[in-house]
Amino acid sequence: MPRDMMASFELYQPDSVDNAIDLLGRFGEDGWPIAGGNDTLDWFKDRVKYAQYVVDLTGIAELRGIRETPGGIEIGALTTLTEIEQSPLLQERYRVLADAARRVASPQIRNTGTLGGNVNQDTRCWYYRYGTDCYRAGGTTCYADTPQGQNREHCLWGADRCVAVSPSDTAPALVALDARMVVRNADGEREVAAEDYFIGPDVDIERMTILEPGELLTAVRLPSEWAGAKFYFEKVADRNTWDFPLVNIAAAMFVESGTIARIRIAAGAVECVPRRLTVVEEVVTGSPQNAETAALAGQAAVRGATPLNYNHFKIPLLENLVKRAIRDA
Amino acid sequence: MYPDSRFDKTTAAVLGRGPVVLESLFSYDQSACPSVLALQGECLMAEDQTTQMAVAAPFPEPRIDAGGILATVGRSKASRRKFIKGVIVSGAAVSSAGYVFGGLSGCTPEQAAPGGVERLLSLNVNGETRRVDVLPNETLAMTLRYKLGLTGTKLGCDRAECGACTVLIDGIPSYSCSTLTHAVRGRAITTIEGLEGPNGELHPVQQAMIDELGPQCGFCTPGQIMTAVALLRANPNPTRDEARFAMSGNLCRCGAYDHYLNSIMRAAQDA
Repeated sequence: MPRDMMASFELYQPDSVDNAIDLLGRFGEDGWPIAGGNDTLDWFKDRVKYAQYVVDLTGIAELRGIRETPGGIEIGALTTLTEIEQSPLLQERYRVLADAARRVASPQIRNTGTLGGNVNQDTRCWYYRYGTDCYRAGGTTCYADTPQGQNREHCLWGADRCVAVSPSDTAPALVALDARMVVRNADGEREVAAEDYFIGPDVDIERMTILEPGELLTAVRLPSEWAGAKFYFEKVADRNTWDFPLVNIAAAMFVESGTIARIRIAAGAVECVPRRLTVVEEVVTGSPQNAETAALAGQAAVRGATPLNYNHFKIPLLENLVKRAIRDA
Repeated sequence: MYPDSRFDKTTAAVLGRGPVVLESLFSYDQSACPSVLALQGECLMAEDQTTQMAVAAPFPEPRIDAGGILATVGRSKASRRKFIKGVIVSGAAVSSAGYVFGGLSGCTPEQAAPGGVERLLSLNVNGETRRVDVLPNETLAMTLRYKLGLTGTKLGCDRAECGACTVLIDGIPSYSCSTLTHAVRGRAITTIEGLEGPNGELHPVQQAMIDELGPQCGFCTPGQIMTAVALLRANPNPTRDEARFAMSGNLCRCGAYDHYLNSIMRAAQDA
């Protein structure tokens, strides 16, 4: 892989979202927004992707911060993962997101990496990252889904030519919290449920979110509906620092006199999108929060999983994580 | 004598002067990179008009791609989704010259994109204001090492995966290899060279590194020290586990993690 100075680009540093949208709208496919840069600069240095116009968002103050709103909490997309991890407000009301942010990458990456960057980052499939002409990169082959393909990290569900998975730790937490993603473009602002924000290869194989060129994720809104719930987050990875999840799980539930009254639960790295486990939600709602319910939930969670050659281990892994989430939340 | 040579090496490491063999290769000749600034009408980066001048002649195509494949195919509008086709074919040629001459190749004006913006910045480094000519695609590690001569900051992986390049930006440990220099304009940057006291005395963390023989080869030490300094500022009395967690973004290929932790716990005690 080429390892040298990045190809040159033109850099723009707008100071407002309006200016950023204006620039990105003008550049279209040739533009690239950059926040923490931890993922972007890797693409550029490896010379696998290239953008002629890079728009540095870090100077836009209105994109930062965690604010209380009448409907819950709004987190600016440029808020760093460290700020999320250490926010007393989030620790108190939406601990699952703080816990998820704490497990992302390494301390230094969390110091500069942003919530927006974490949910919008591209998949880690190494064939894709290496610059092969795979389906996702515009070719006609999936190198991971071949008899020799190394697909230990790849998907259990939702394969459609591409078998890559969502690499984000915060995304399942946002789905569990029923978060709303605020997307802005030249025409204005719209709110999209976190669950609908992420898209699989069946919808569009070239991108992982609904963001179009010229659009920005400006904030994430957490509805008060799930504030103060019982939460569970766990990430399993090969190493504790830097690594992306093999499977991660995020759950939010309300338990009334021992019975699970309401629950949302999502798993990451098993599908191209954070997978909301609606089957589990249906199975456990109204049941007592105990080991028996947890075991049933685990079994329900993995039904229909279609492993590739090297990722069978993800099935019991997911089953156990779901069990723990239901039992220990 | 072994102890003496070991101490010398350790002292060099905590000062950020560890393995010096390659440093001369990276030395940067300021004259090779005249401050050529292209100014476009619609440039939003205009901050200080006095530092800019217009360039009449368009820049030639980038030269770094010897095979020409990247230049012709990579920039083609026809290529899908920003992907640079043929990257694997041309990879070897680019990478062979890549690391050693990386710092220099990025400083030639020929590499700037047509209409690209290149400009003088005032950077606040170690309490001093440094004027420096920075390319749009230049990382802070490149600027520090090859333009400001602060080679105490090491480049390990250049991919935010090892921590050798850790510096403090407004007191927060960050990977300088993965930070664009233009993005830290106006912020306080502290490198390993900025830790010494007014009379050249070592920072308590540096002293503890020597006392506890923290480093082994020393390459990752400046990064380890910067992270440790930030940790002790935020949490002067960390537990060993807290220190381990805070230091988890710095790799040590010698595996001297426990020695580093000993040093940090000692620095916390001594401070």
